[in-house]
Amino acid sequence: MEKIEMIHGSGGQATSDLIREVFVKEFWNGYLAQMNDAAVVAGGAELALTTDSFVVKPLFFQDGDIGRLAVAGTVNDLLMRGAVPEYMTVGFILEEGLPISDLKKIVHSMAKTAEEAGILIVAGDTKVVDGNGGLYINTTGVGFVPAGMEISPARIEKGDVVLVSGNLGDHHAAILSSRMSIENEIASDCAPLNDIVRSLINEGIPVHAMRDITRGGIATVCKEMAVQSGKAMLLSEELLPVNPQVKDFCALTGLDPLYMGNEGKMICILPEESAEKALSIMKKAHYGENACRIGKILRFEEEEELQIAPDIGELFLKTAIGGLRKLSVLQGEGLPRIC
Amino acid sequence: MTDLAEMKRFLSQYDGPELRIMEICGSHTAAIAKSGIKTLLSPKIRLISGPGCPVCVTPTAYVDRAIALAKREDTCLVTFGDLIRVPGSAETLSAAKGAGARVEMVYAPADVVAMAKTEPEKQFVFAAIGFETTMPVYALLMEELLREEVKNVRLLTALKTMPAAVSYLLDSGADLQGFLAPGHVCAVTGSEAFVPLAEKYGIPFAVAGFEGEELLAALYGLLRMQGKGTVKNFYPTVVTAEGNPKAKAMIERYFQPTDAAWRGLGIIPGSGMCLRPAYAAFDAGSSDLTEDHQHNPACRCGQVLTGKLAPTDCPLFGKICTPLTPQGACMVSEEGSCHTAIRYA
Amino acid sequence: MCVAYPGTVIKVQPHTATVDFNGNHVEARSGLVEVAVGDRVLVHAGCILQKVSEREAAELESLMEEVGADA
Repeated sequence: MEKIEMIHGSGGQATSDLIREVFVKEFWNGYLAQMNDAAVVAGGAELALTTDSFVVKPLFFQDGDIGRLAVAGTVNDLLMRGAVPEYMTVGFILEEGLPISDLKKIVHSMAKTAEEAGILIVAGDTKVVDGNGGLYINTTGVGFVPAGMEISPARIEKGDVVLVSGNLGDHHAAILSSRMSIENEIASDCAPLNDIVRSLINEGIPVHAMRDITRGGIATVCKEMAVQSGKAMLLSEELLPVNPQVKDFCALTGLDPLYMGNEGKMICILPEESAEKALSIMKKAHYGENACRIGKILRFEEEEELQIAPDIGELFLKTAIGGLRKLSVLQGEGLPRIC
Repeated sequence: MTDLAEMKRFLSQYDGPELRIMEICGSHTAAIAKSGIKTLLSPKIRLISGPGCPVCVTPTAYVDRAIALAKREDTCLVTFGDLIRVPGSAETLSAAKGAGARVEMVYAPADVVAMAKTEPEKQFVFAAIGFETTMPVYALLMEELLREEVKNVRLLTALKTMPAAVSYLLDSGADLQGFLAPGHVCAVTGSEAFVPLAEKYGIPFAVAGFEGEELLAALYGLLRMQGKGTVKNFYPTVVTAEGNPKAKAMIERYFQPTDAAWRGLGIIPGSGMCLRPAYAAFDAGSSDLTEDHQHNPACRCGQVLTGKLAPTDCPLFGKICTPLTPQGACMVSEEGSCHTAIRYA
Repeated sequence: MCVAYPGTVIKVQPHTATVDFNGNHVEARSGLVEVAVGDRVLVHAGCILQKVSEREAAELESLMEEVGADA
């Protein structure tokens, strides 16, 4: 059989054949090989848990696919809390008519990304539904949190510096390009950020907060962090890194790079005195070569100068011409789904 | 040489009589908000948003007709994304689409030609809204439909002319001391389209581009031009005095002036364009779409569109009326003054 | 709605031209202006609306001086 049919979801022979030929082949590890109702894994530390679903269309895009996205997205969520990603589960919803060759490519890509990110896929599930060749993935990720590790927006301090690991909006622009009649070479930045996070932590950088930039873009993520910390954050438009091709793509389509999603970029907030060292570490790490400083958490005197009430949990942008603009989270639905 | 720093100093330190300056164009409203220009101006300079968002000024009868067409078995409604969430009297195109009506979004009107060729048994209706900037694009579409002998595409038009709206505002006594003239409308019409208005009302017009620096330059110019009924062009890379003669001729070939209904303003004589009678076969029933049903009686879109009220003066603003629950068109459109005001507060 | 953006013509076909925007290639209708490869043009809704002339930036400078001097 070349395409997914309802029988692949029967729970009988066709299902186990599919599992054996597609999933076990790619994901094989000692835990998965037990083929039991639940995986029993080694543990002990404080756990970080995350879950996510992936519904992006198209399934394949420039420099990525839904499988790589699912693993990278799950791993990055764990990393942002300072956890070391260890295990993940994968649930597939397959629509009738999906070419099995496409499924194999996606599963292979997941296996490769999981290997890159050092995470084990220890449990999985497959269901088949009516439809038109679509594929959806749900994941759960488990990470171990080293003792004493506390990374969260609650730790953000006045005077902290805001760093970003690279160019904004690449993934979003790549997905939209593939759906429109605009030809370009914009590639998704979808990637696991282990190297950046591990390097920062191993070098003893006192990171206060981290977030990966996904749906809603940098403005949404930073505004949420500002609200959670109760501090005022100021980004500088001139410092925001945007690939010129993505910038023009946004201008053509009326989009704002501030609200465009990435899938392999992160924000890191930390004390001023560690900023330069952190930046050079990020630049040397895999997927961090374009890291740069983009803003800060305002001090009292800066709030006064800009006539901003103290500690209001707001996000501001200093525009290229020197104006001040308050940024909100993404309003409305924005755009077609991108992850 | 007047550099950026000097213009900024001048605009922030202005201490003369209060000046109310209107940007007519919705894209200017969005650009002003995006660049944070209002924080660079003296409190004596107030920027007022005008009726230049074509989505915002489209009456509900038009949206209702678009929805009715989309619901017909044999018809597909093709539109820019801007229109899809605008409330008609009962629902939006987006809701109708969810309920099974066929609505397609495109970035270029010409895309409808390929769609129509692929499905010759279907009728395609393009929701042709816009100002002078977009009119020649529809004229080119008409030319292509005739050249390619495509017979299953029609236009539902709600085309409006900017000078007519400005003239109406000034006649109704709007208290304004200058206009940022719409740069991309002027790319077609030329800056000369606003000269009769400037002279008649003794008000300065500055043709402006859409980058922060270009807007600052035009505002600086308006302050310097106070009291003079002249038009100056601060967007010379794109705009000339006469505009694009070929585009103007194309508009003229396919369209003619008509009375048009503006949401919140009513019918303004001669303020719209419709297909010429020779092309009536391409019209999807665009005349007489004048009714404008107000969803929420407290909605102040009409006064906001004419600059009489700021978005924040509307009792619904930010409370009942938000981008997720828009009560009026100014909150729906990405370029509407209320949407802009809430997004860039 | 009146968003338009400048790019460079890289190929001319009958009725259309391919316009480059920093690596984004768009096929735009060209019936409103005569264009040649290398021209800077303004594109709105998939259509070339007008040519962009860089040299007229100098015009703006003299205009700024003119309005500045008027005061």
